[in-house]
Amino acid sequence: MRFRTLNDIAEICREESLTISELMILEQEKETGQPKEEIVARMAGYYRVMKEAVRKGLETETKSRSGLVGGDGRKVNEYASVREPSVGDWAGKAMAYALSVSEVNASMGRIVATPTAGSCGIVPGVFVSSQERFGWVDGKLVQGLFSAGAIGYVIANNSFISGAEGGCQAEVGSAIGMAAGALVELRGGTPEQAVHAVGLALKNTLGLICDPVAGLVEVPCIVRNGLGAVNALAAADMAMAGVRSVIPSDEVIGVMLEIGAKMPSEHRETALGGLAQSPTGRKLTERIKAAKSSERTSG
Amino acid sequence: MRFKHVFSIIGPVMVGPSSSHTAGAVRIGRVARQLLGRQPEEAEITLYGSFAETYSGHGTDLALVGGLLDFDADDERIPEAFAEAERLGLRFILKPGSAGTMPHPNFAKITARAGGLEVSVQGASIGGGNIEIYSLNGFDTGCSGCYPTIAISHEDRVGVLASITGTVSRSGLNIGFMKLSRKERSGAAMTVVESDRRPDGELLEALRQLPHVEKVSVIDVT
Repeated sequence: MRFRTLNDIAEICREESLTISELMILEQEKETGQPKEEIVARMAGYYRVMKEAVRKGLETETKSRSGLVGGDGRKVNEYASVREPSVGDWAGKAMAYALSVSEVNASMGRIVATPTAGSCGIVPGVFVSSQERFGWVDGKLVQGLFSAGAIGYVIANNSFISGAEGGCQAEVGSAIGMAAGALVELRGGTPEQAVHAVGLALKNTLGLICDPVAGLVEVPCIVRNGLGAVNALAAADMAMAGVRSVIPSDEVIGVMLEIGAKMPSEHRETALGGLAQSPTGRKLTERIKAAKSSERTSG
Repeated sequence: MRFKHVFSIIGPVMVGPSSSHTAGAVRIGRVARQLLGRQPEEAEITLYGSFAETYSGHGTDLALVGGLLDFDADDERIPEAFAEAERLGLRFILKPGSAGTMPHPNFAKITARAGGLEVSVQGASIGGGNIEIYSLNGFDTGCSGCYPTIAISHEDRVGVLASITGTVSRSGLNIGFMKLSRKERSGAAMTVVESDRRPDGELLEALRQLPHVEKVSVIDVT
């Protein structure tokens, strides 16, 4: 790839009058030798899976394997449709859709890792609700996924995208940054604004630990996806309003690396700290373990 | 670059709940399966770090077994992988390993056997469904799983490497990455070749016929 940093992306896009997604597709062609049609078709397939996951989460029963979660996406969707959500109707939808996809994930349904399964609700939440709001065709959102991918590529190679290495700031945080930057491009913002959106978004999740209750990708993961989608919308808005990330976004990524490296393993997807070890977290863990062992002996 | 292109970030399509603990685990299991070249009859899986702590809730155990059965990361049979293993005659043991330094918090070792053959794989799931394989059969050769890979077990002799690269080049296949590793001088060795396209049957046969080559496996978990 010609770019390694967000700054590289902004510079190349400015010099060559490209959008971030156009640059990503060109580089993908060079890197893999695959023709553009195949690359775009593959991404279109992924977007279809995302939309299907939103639908599945809204329309079907999505109780998780543990029975701990499920149905929140539907609740919020209902609320957003009739109760005048405080975040506004469309952010309410984004939140509902993000929750739904995460619930499909927790019930071992099919999703697209964006960049991970733990954060798989955020990009679809933002993308699918925005598509409905603005009446965009699928092809436009597919293009947007390349923008999100370029941003994620930079974050992944300069920092972390797994909770086990860098905490939730690396999973949900990265997805929020990706969605925010991509949304800026989709709404007609410049690559430079998109880059600022990433830094603004990431700043808000620095230090976020990965503390899954009972080690499952359920609590608090699903809720973090819902709230994360709203975060992404807000960061995109700030950037398009002209707010700049005072600490350059590439440096924010570096800070995320530093914070992740110093995070104790209790806070990096081991369920040995944080919410997983709260009094209720521990009770739920015991209950789930007991249910599992009685499942095994009775089978 | 650990993450090589846009589809290392967007994708894979997978069965949840965890890209590192489910999808990545499936792919590590598949590497072992494909290195063996047939369905294993027995397997031992040892999990370390975060894998060891959360494997049950993340379906890592189901995912690794599914991979040994050559499932893809989005195979909807993954939640039933144990039942499938029983049906297909795969016996396995899965256990946590002792703590200590490991290359990554999502690290697993797999040994798989079938009909007198045995393979071993050490690999990690580095996030987003991506994997890093650190060793194959005890050789320090890895692969990223991002490209189709040919693993060639051979004797450590002068000229073997040249005959491998010559054969690959004559078939028109481009080599993206290559590593040769040996256990001792004039002992056993392994050469791993990552290429842009999946190698065809003709090339594999040609490689198998080369002097001092013992086994050729294709590992394609892209």
